[in-house]
Amino acid sequence: MENALQVKDLCAWFGDHQVLKNITMDIRRNSVTSVMGPSGCGKSTFIRCLNRMHDLTPGFRVAGDVLFDGRNIYSEKIDPVLLRRKVGMVFQQPNPFPRMSAFENVAVGLKFNGKKRSRAEMAETVEKSLRMAALWDELKDHLGRPGSSLSGGQQQRLCIARALAVEPEVLLMDEPCSALDPMSTAKIEELIEDLSDKYTIVVVTHNMQQAGRISDYVAFFLLGDLIEMDKAAKIFTNPADKRTEEYITGRFG
Amino acid sequence: MKKHYREELGNLKETVLRMGGLVEQMTHRAIQALVERKTEMLAEVDAMESQVNQLHIDIDEICLEMIALRQPTAADLRFIAAAMKINTDMERIGDQAINISERAQFLLTVPPVKPLIDIPRMAEIAKGMLRDALDAFVNGNDALAYDTIHKDDLVDQLKDQVFRELLTYMMADPGTIPRALDLILVSRHLERIADHATNICEDVIFMVKGKDIRHQGPLA
Repeated sequence: MENALQVKDLCAWFGDHQVLKNITMDIRRNSVTSVMGPSGCGKSTFIRCLNRMHDLTPGFRVAGDVLFDGRNIYSEKIDPVLLRRKVGMVFQQPNPFPRMSAFENVAVGLKFNGKKRSRAEMAETVEKSLRMAALWDELKDHLGRPGSSLSGGQQQRLCIARALAVEPEVLLMDEPCSALDPMSTAKIEELIEDLSDKYTIVVVTHNMQQAGRISDYVAFFLLGDLIEMDKAAKIFTNPADKRTEEYITGRFG
Repeated sequence: MKKHYREELGNLKETVLRMGGLVEQMTHRAIQALVERKTEMLAEVDAMESQVNQLHIDIDEICLEMIALRQPTAADLRFIAAAMKINTDMERIGDQAINISERAQFLLTVPPVKPLIDIPRMAEIAKGMLRDALDAFVNGNDALAYDTIHKDDLVDQLKDQVFRELLTYMMADPGTIPRALDLILVSRHLERIADHATNICEDVIFMVKGKDIRHQGPLA
């Protein structure tokens, strides 16, 4: 199937406050889709809806469908834990488990999640995940170091490796570079481009330049509405909606 | 899926080179058809032009997208700006080759005024200039760009020489005027091709050195 995720008429509320209004969009498999918009536009809420991260938020309510591989993730038959294994997430602040070693940080998902593995299998998966996260060469001789002792950029790649270890199909990233310096940002961006060969990636960013650099598709949100979604080249050279134009040219937002 | 920035820059370079190769080949074929009196060769020139037109559009699109999506700076920005300008010059060279081909269409239906000597020489120099200009672009070789600019004088001299010589034919026999005029136009088209190659060299020097050498009179 071409689309990894299909969102249909998605609405979301925190209490009485509606933060997403009838969002309909298809997220294409093995591509990078960026969600951008000014603060409070609902972009973070939106991607958190894609793996049910709001389930425990008091007062949160959702309506509409999110189809993952054709099945509605909000259906009662869906196990949210399994869903989140398939639809992984990386956050703005790198959040490795501070007391675990780098190795354990990557292995932890495998331990809690799924079948028993031998030590050798585990080591193999950790290596593979760290390689995919472009961290192996830097870390292979320091796998025992605590995750929290790594640099910010390394921590973020460690979190990406941790998410990849459980073999997700979709990777959600909520402003994955906004806590990082430019060099680390460049590494993560390159990594995102590489990973999109195998994974479907949805990135929330308020950095337009970043959205331009890394994305195949860009969605522009404003006050809970999806204003426009199109190929990145189209959005940044000739957007269809005047509000998108105003935002990307810095006239508001 | 999405390519890395460096790959995109490499792809742009290759596309410019491909277009440069085509317009050089168009010029070559148009002159060859004229010199060897082979009308059928002119169809090849037309066929290449439609490819050139497509590349003209493609290159501008690639450049515009890279500026919008990658925010190029410094050397990368100068490279992309140069590619856009070179693109225009290459397209014009293609147009000049078409003009030569149109002159040849007529000239090949009538007996030759004289054996062609200076025109093929001009064509060789102009094509060489184009090749060197693109070589300088690809390798960021500003010294080669400077050398190439100097060759433009040679082409200008040959154009004047062609004109003077054909003038004597026209004065001696007014029946040669239509053919001689068309040959003068061919030399004019070749001279323009050399001018476009010179423009490309100026863009290359700007790209490499960040220094604009245009409109400053003869080079030292």
